[in-house]
Amino acid sequence: MPSRDYANTRYSGLDEITTDNVAKLQVAFTFATGTLLGQESAPIVIGDTLYFVTPYPNILYAVDLTQPGGALKWKFDPKPAAASQGVACCQPVNRGPTYYNGRIFYNTLDAHTVALDAETGQLLWKTRVGDFNYGDTFTMAPLVVKNKVLVGNSGAEFGARGWLAALDASDGSIAWRAFTTGPDSDVLIDHAEFKPFYPQYRGKDLGVSQWPPEHWKIGGGTVWGWISYDPELDLIYYGTSNPSPWNHEVRPGDNHWTNGIFARDPDTGKARWFYQFSPHDLWDHSAVNENLILDMQWQGQMRKVVVRPERNGYMYVIDRVTGEVLAADAYTYITASKGVDLKTGRLIYNEDKTPSQGRVVREVCPNSPGAKDWTPSSFSKRTGLIYMPHNNMCMDWEVKPVSYIAGTGYIGVNARFYPGPGDGNVGELMAWDPVARRKLWGVPERWPVWSGTAVTAGDVVFYGNLEGWFKAVHAQTGEVLWQFKTASGIIGQPTTFRGPDGRQYVAILSGIGGWAGAMVSGELDERDPTAAKGFGNMVGELKKQSGIGGMLYVFALPR
Amino acid sequence: MYSRCLASLLLLGCTLLAGCERETRAFHEEAPAINDVSPTDFRAGGTPRPVAKNPQAAEYERNAFHISEGKRYYEWYNCYSCHAAGGGDIGPPLMDDEWRYGGEIEQIFSSIVEGRPNGMPSFAGRIPEQQVWEIAAYVRSMSGNAAKDAVPSRGDEIKTTKPLTQVPPTPERSEPPRSNR
Repeated sequence: MPSRDYANTRYSGLDEITTDNVAKLQVAFTFATGTLLGQESAPIVIGDTLYFVTPYPNILYAVDLTQPGGALKWKFDPKPAAASQGVACCQPVNRGPTYYNGRIFYNTLDAHTVALDAETGQLLWKTRVGDFNYGDTFTMAPLVVKNKVLVGNSGAEFGARGWLAALDASDGSIAWRAFTTGPDSDVLIDHAEFKPFYPQYRGKDLGVSQWPPEHWKIGGGTVWGWISYDPELDLIYYGTSNPSPWNHEVRPGDNHWTNGIFARDPDTGKARWFYQFSPHDLWDHSAVNENLILDMQWQGQMRKVVVRPERNGYMYVIDRVTGEVLAADAYTYITASKGVDLKTGRLIYNEDKTPSQGRVVREVCPNSPGAKDWTPSSFSKRTGLIYMPHNNMCMDWEVKPVSYIAGTGYIGVNARFYPGPGDGNVGELMAWDPVARRKLWGVPERWPVWSGTAVTAGDVVFYGNLEGWFKAVHAQTGEVLWQFKTASGIIGQPTTFRGPDGRQYVAILSGIGGWAGAMVSGELDERDPTAAKGFGNMVGELKKQSGIGGMLYVFALPR
Repeated sequence: MYSRCLASLLLLGCTLLAGCERETRAFHEEAPAINDVSPTDFRAGGTPRPVAKNPQAAEYERNAFHISEGKRYYEWYNCYSCHAAGGGDIGPPLMDDEWRYGGEIEQIFSSIVEGRPNGMPSFAGRIPEQQVWEIAAYVRSMSGNAAKDAVPSRGDEIKTTKPLTQVPPTPERSEPPRSNR
């Protein structure tokens, strides 16, 4: 699976590549993806085969690692509907395939899930799970838990109603679907089993009553991020996205159950608890980031927690049994809010920044992609540190009237982004100590860091930047030990694996795009600062530093 | 002296008349008819296919009222959500010099009505045709090619792009080279 394990640590036990020899890494082979719009997929390796998915048209490549130079074993072209590109908010990206029990599962942009025979590439089943005419698309990587393929939609920028669905891995039939909005029966809230920690989540049909009449039907709360699973508690954890539209004035209420985290029973889908990071979202602070499942020392005793680096700028530590927030520490410059009230669990918004029509709100930090977007962190058992890509950006924001028209954007905001205070570097790879609750070091980056990370038993952290540099960093000190300039910007997820020849390899897809790279790969016009929802204002030299591309790079130490 | 006065008056009159034309507001006129519009001028047989120009449609591009109405509808019908203020987002930029499906007002009209295969939805039956012409006229103006005395000089929203009166014209498609046969 792209996140390496159910706990989402992205930690590999391989230690052939170490802090001493990583400087000798060299290209073992490359492989052209044939596509150009943002390569976010994690390559995954099962046996002698490496698999990855391209952005639209979502071709799945199986690369034979036993052949010199990584020959094509087979590929699968699902032929998704071309029109679905029109409802992909931030380029038609795909975050990867997953493997379970001899099968490869992945999602296509036009809201289908496919299952393939991992050996032959033969299509076993294909299920239409959503309808892109109403804004449902798929960009996330599925997770398989107890023979159920968990998939969630994207589309909160189009008024899609969010859900997580569980498909039977054997035949693709839908076992259950938990909506993010609407009546309890749709959200799979059974009050006999649903025990949230805070009172604002208790009550009947809050997914209806915390919205204007009928708005929950077009209310967003999509599920396009990462899912984790704790086999011991037998609970899955995942985040829900921003409510629709971005203009908050048209949706008074806390907008349950958007921008929060659900714990659910994977067999029935029934909710166990919920916590809302950003109630009544003002800024598109979509709460879909990864939930690291850790057992850690907390005030003298071991606690079962999830650690969540959240888009609103706080690092949350949440008891994963009860849903109680133990800590929420700011890890970046924040003006949009003043902290989290640990008694009530509520985010304290900065009233001065509340947007209202006719008034441009300035210096809102973090901006809408947030202190950290989908880009997954990693956690090393050896160092006890979390390695987190994150950003320091602010924005000006203006709300405006918006109409809901199915199949078109439902946003209602003009925004322009710019670097937060400091030296102009907006990105960083940060090492965070979750027990001491503080940052240890950071590697500064000129541009937003839009790639994931991986950490190894050799104490090396891998990640890439928008210019295309793929970097190896010392997991204890933060020293950059090695870097290699790939052909295009990196927004993918690094993977390390042992090849059939017994050597350790590191793989990354290079290919700029996604939200942060759309100005480059979409060839957008930076004379409009609101292009790409605000990134038009901070393109700078990026178009000179990173070309459009799509290439898999695999590295190894020399023989 | 008298004749010079008359000449000045005539000149003034003509200017005013021309000015009136760009300010004309026609509330109930028939939308220009459209037929035989193709997104390409490439035609088998060697001679480029001319865009079927509609003189009534051309008036939309010269009319301040139509263009500013088009700007409003561009927001109302969520064109903005994909193309931003012309710089593009999910959809391509509209302020540059590249037109995937043709940049004549008739071609823009049919792109909006028919939709295009890579994600542009069809608005057929969803927007009154006269409003589509107004949107098309506004879209044309984004690349600086509409009459400067007809385009709105400012917007009411957050400052995004240069006022349209200050956008230099983007070079339009040149005449096809003469055949050497």
